[in-house]
Amino acid sequence: MAHKLEVRGVGYAYHTMEGETPALSDISFTADTGEFIAVVGPSGCGKSTLLSLLCGLVKPESGSILIDQKPLEEAGDLIGYMLQKDHLFEWRTILSNVSLGLEIQKRLTPETQNELKEMLKTYGLEEFQDMRPSQLSGGMRQRAALIRTLALKPDILLLDEPFSALDYQTRLAVCDDISTIIRKTKKTAVLVTHDLSEAISVADQIIVLSPRPARVKAIIPISFPKKNQLQGESKETALKDTDHAAPGRTESTISPMERRNTPEFSQYFNLIWKELKHDGA
Amino acid sequence: MEHKFFSVLSLAQEHYLAKELLHRRQVRIVRAMLMVLFLALWELAASFSWIDSFIFSSPSMIGKYFYSMLVDGSFFVHTGITLMETLVSFLLVILISLACALLLWSSRAMSEILEPYLVVLNSLPKSALAPLFLVWMGNNTKTIIVAAVSVALFGSILTLHTGFFQTDPEKIKLIYSLGGTKKDVLVKVLLPSSVPLIISSMKVNIGLCLVGVIIGEFLSSRAGLGYLITYGSQTFS
Repeated sequence: MAHKLEVRGVGYAYHTMEGETPALSDISFTADTGEFIAVVGPSGCGKSTLLSLLCGLVKPESGSILIDQKPLEEAGDLIGYMLQKDHLFEWRTILSNVSLGLEIQKRLTPETQNELKEMLKTYGLEEFQDMRPSQLSGGMRQRAALIRTLALKPDILLLDEPFSALDYQTRLAVCDDISTIIRKTKKTAVLVTHDLSEAISVADQIIVLSPRPARVKAIIPISFPKKNQLQGESKETALKDTDHAAPGRTESTISPMERRNTPEFSQYFNLIWKELKHDGA
Repeated sequence: MEHKFFSVLSLAQEHYLAKELLHRRQVRIVRAMLMVLFLALWELAASFSWIDSFIFSSPSMIGKYFYSMLVDGSFFVHTGITLMETLVSFLLVILISLACALLLWSSRAMSEILEPYLVVLNSLPKSALAPLFLVWMGNNTKTIIVAAVSVALFGSILTLHTGFFQTDPEKIKLIYSLGGTKKDVLVKVLLPSSVPLIISSMKVNIGLCLVGVIIGEFLSSRAGLGYLITYGSQTFS
């Protein structure tokens, strides 16, 4: 099967008058349709640069990025990028904030407007659509930012530490929420994070990067027991934890919150922790 | 809900409110008294010839003169003309400085080339240039407006230009990541986020324009507040 996203030997460096700072060197990985990839690495290792490259905001200096086996430039509209902060504009209402992308691409019609309202309803923001961003909680703002990205119907979603600005409790809930939404819509997603447990709780595959200039140190496939394989006690806690989750999770995969309760979780955690530490850097 | 709130005012809250109201009243009274005291001293000093009332005038003389101007309507004529000139130059400053700042924002090369010139132009003493404008454009309203615009314009361009460059780069990245162009950045982020900056720069500009208009009227006019000041100082009235 052809890969949805293929990154082949990508390298990139920042240039200033003082010199050259290599950020990424020889990065290669692939993602299939509907797969959730998490990229972890020490801070400042070039994780965000990788997303800017995948989004086409900057061009790689070497290597290539293919989407459906075609070069990135030919597939511009298919990629949605969710930045670290929500960047909702205070001078717009929530509804007009989530329609920003459609507005820019001149795709804002009564039809797409209705779809947006539908999405706001599904993700529990319907009654807030005429409010200003500052009237919403951090978690709701992050959900609005996700709707703004999803409104363009991208095939691939790029997430740049989208939960890092939230407090820990909200963060767990919103992470659960948003990854469930993404799984339900069957998007291919690339999540950049420095939070190992977050990566393990959402991803199908974890890419571990080295300190700058970042190289791929390891690619670790993650698999958890399916929902019906969960038994007894862990199933009960799992059910309790789903109170705040978005409606309509898929049957086959278990939620991030449920993953955190399984014994595999800590095994993966130790494995990746060792990968990150094992460098002498 | 408000009534409920007031009915359960605690003793401490009442005490606080009373104290705060007393304080505010005191500030108002002392403020007014200071003004009265100053005017009274001035008047006394003039009438006992501690100061030369020919040079320093006195509140009662000013009052009388002001009243006569109100009666013959000349006060409104002069104020109206100054106000009109100030508003015209203010609008010109806003439009030209916005246009220039946007132009500088749109081209990095142009902003780097022109910046030192802007700083020099801004620091030029504009009142010294006013006679030049007079010789150049003649004794008319145009000269006054050009003088006023020249006082406010360059500072305004520099302020707006600096503000535009401080737009959150992440918000600009957001626009590009949504498939936007530089024009979208301008319309969706730069202008809306600069509204507070533009308003604060307008507040400064309206004052500077008034100063500029009066400088212009000093030199070349037959009406306006600046003309009145020059006329008054020359005739010692």
